[in-house]
Amino acid sequence: MAALVVTLFFVSVLVFVVIRVLPGDAALIILGTEGSPEAAALLRRAMGLDRPFAVQYLEWIARAVAGDLGRSIQYDVPVASLILSRMSVTLPLTLLAAGLMVATAIPLGVFAATRHRRWGDYLAMILSQLGVAVPGFWAGLLLVLLFSVRLGWVQAGGFDGWGQGVWPALRSLLLPAAALGFFQFAVLARTTRSAVLEVLREEFVKTARAKGLAEGAVLFRHALRNAMIPVITVAGIQLGQLMAGSIVLETVFYLPGLGRLAIGAISARDLPVVQGVVLFVASMIVLINVAVDVLYGFLDPRIRYE
Amino acid sequence: MRVGRRARPLRHVTFTIGLVITLALVATAAVSLVYTPRDPLEMSITGRLQGPTAGHPLGTDQFGRDLLSRIMAGAVSSIMVGVIAVGIGMGIGVVFGMLSGYFGGWLDEGFMRLMDAVQGFPAILSALLMAAVFRPSLAITMVAIGVAFLPVFARLTRASFLEFRDRDFVLAARALGAGDGALIGRHILPNTLPPLIVQATISFPVAILAEAALSYLGLGTQPPHPSWGLMLKEAQAFLGADPWFAIFPGTAIASTVLGFNLLGDGLRDLLDPKVPG
Repeated sequence: MAALVVTLFFVSVLVFVVIRVLPGDAALIILGTEGSPEAAALLRRAMGLDRPFAVQYLEWIARAVAGDLGRSIQYDVPVASLILSRMSVTLPLTLLAAGLMVATAIPLGVFAATRHRRWGDYLAMILSQLGVAVPGFWAGLLLVLLFSVRLGWVQAGGFDGWGQGVWPALRSLLLPAAALGFFQFAVLARTTRSAVLEVLREEFVKTARAKGLAEGAVLFRHALRNAMIPVITVAGIQLGQLMAGSIVLETVFYLPGLGRLAIGAISARDLPVVQGVVLFVASMIVLINVAVDVLYGFLDPRIRYE
Repeated sequence: MRVGRRARPLRHVTFTIGLVITLALVATAAVSLVYTPRDPLEMSITGRLQGPTAGHPLGTDQFGRDLLSRIMAGAVSSIMVGVIAVGIGMGIGVVFGMLSGYFGGWLDEGFMRLMDAVQGFPAILSALLMAAVFRPSLAITMVAIGVAFLPVFARLTRASFLEFRDRDFVLAARALGAGDGALIGRHILPNTLPPLIVQATISFPVAILAEAALSYLGLGTQPPHPSWGLMLKEAQAFLGADPWFAIFPGTAIASTVLGFNLLGDGLRDLLDPKVPG
């Protein structure tokens, strides 16, 4: 717990240093070249930029912890509510991608392990090599090319919101989630394969087979259950990667999520929004990583954290 | 036995295929520095968005620039980003890991929590943050990708230092009067190199993928310079008119990454006989 607080403290300091300390003058960045010195001085005072960095940091982080991430310059609404509303796209997209990833990777990994060093294994591993090599956003473009430009089955992008019903909303998230998830499955598939292979070499698997258990029961009741520990760990780490990846896929499919919010904020020089989004996503990833560590301890009683 | 060992790397299928693809990429990049079929920046309004033709084997882009020449020139930026980003991540990560593993204690604890925090910033997040403050540029991309690599290099180096710190040869050197600097630099560091080299090979294609994604978002390489990711961004508007424009740069990225991954996998198998294939 103490470690988590220290890590989150470092996250916030990193964001603060890049936004407030490195550039020298945040007021000039927001105003741009057309800003007059008087306007810059006013803005600096209004933003509290004329005080020591430590004071600025403490004030900023105290507000952030209370859920106040400042106001968007572009939209003139609280950054926190902007983030919350955009999460209604990014979170389902990430989870849907994670679901597709797990649904592809685990069966493929188990299949490869049971066909160790035979054609099925090599084929599965070639597939996963391709999965690593194909960038998600290119996969997205190819899916658009095939399904909307050529076949005309789905629209090329856009999102009408959850108000139109769950199914139409899910349908606009399906292609981006597929691009994100199917092409991230590779690492998880390889992990599953080597974890299952490892367990299949254990003595208790031999015992299970020796007592006449069917191969399916050996595989699913004994091997897969014990192989789950590394698989869940890697899947957890991938979840953070998927969240970062969804930022890119939102641009491919014109989805109004966190990523598009941040990229739009960059061209509008809306610093509070960029700062808020980055702080939020980085903290989420750190929390996911810690959760995975804790879960690991629960799953494997040999590992205990003091 | 000795002859057999020496011949082994080339008999390793994965390693050999990876090596061939990687060498082809490096050769392409090198050739593009002195020769490309056309000038990668030369525009032609009449020859826009052509599919593959005799004059332009991979077609042209929305300004009539030759795609083959631009993809060749794009190889240079990809390699450059890979080298510099991995260099930044490895250079700084190794220092953190070295100090953490050698000295231990609160310094180790602090550095490792910092690395946990840095892990919360995939390249895309750091790039967003820096692009908001400075202008989007290739330099920002390289730093952002490099920063994302810090934790893995720091952890690897730390683990090796923990392993070697109390070995007999280190204790012997210390007894002979070697100081901390000599112990770290001359005695322990050389032993940590093999896993670091493997990790660098694995990180290289990750950097290339990240640069492509960032350039696609408009945060990396800026026009008119050729970059594979940027080409895909431009191609997206013309998917219906000229699908080849979106296919060739993506193929270049995928085959490059595939080549480096195979090379990295092969290298890991060759350097570490404990890992089953």
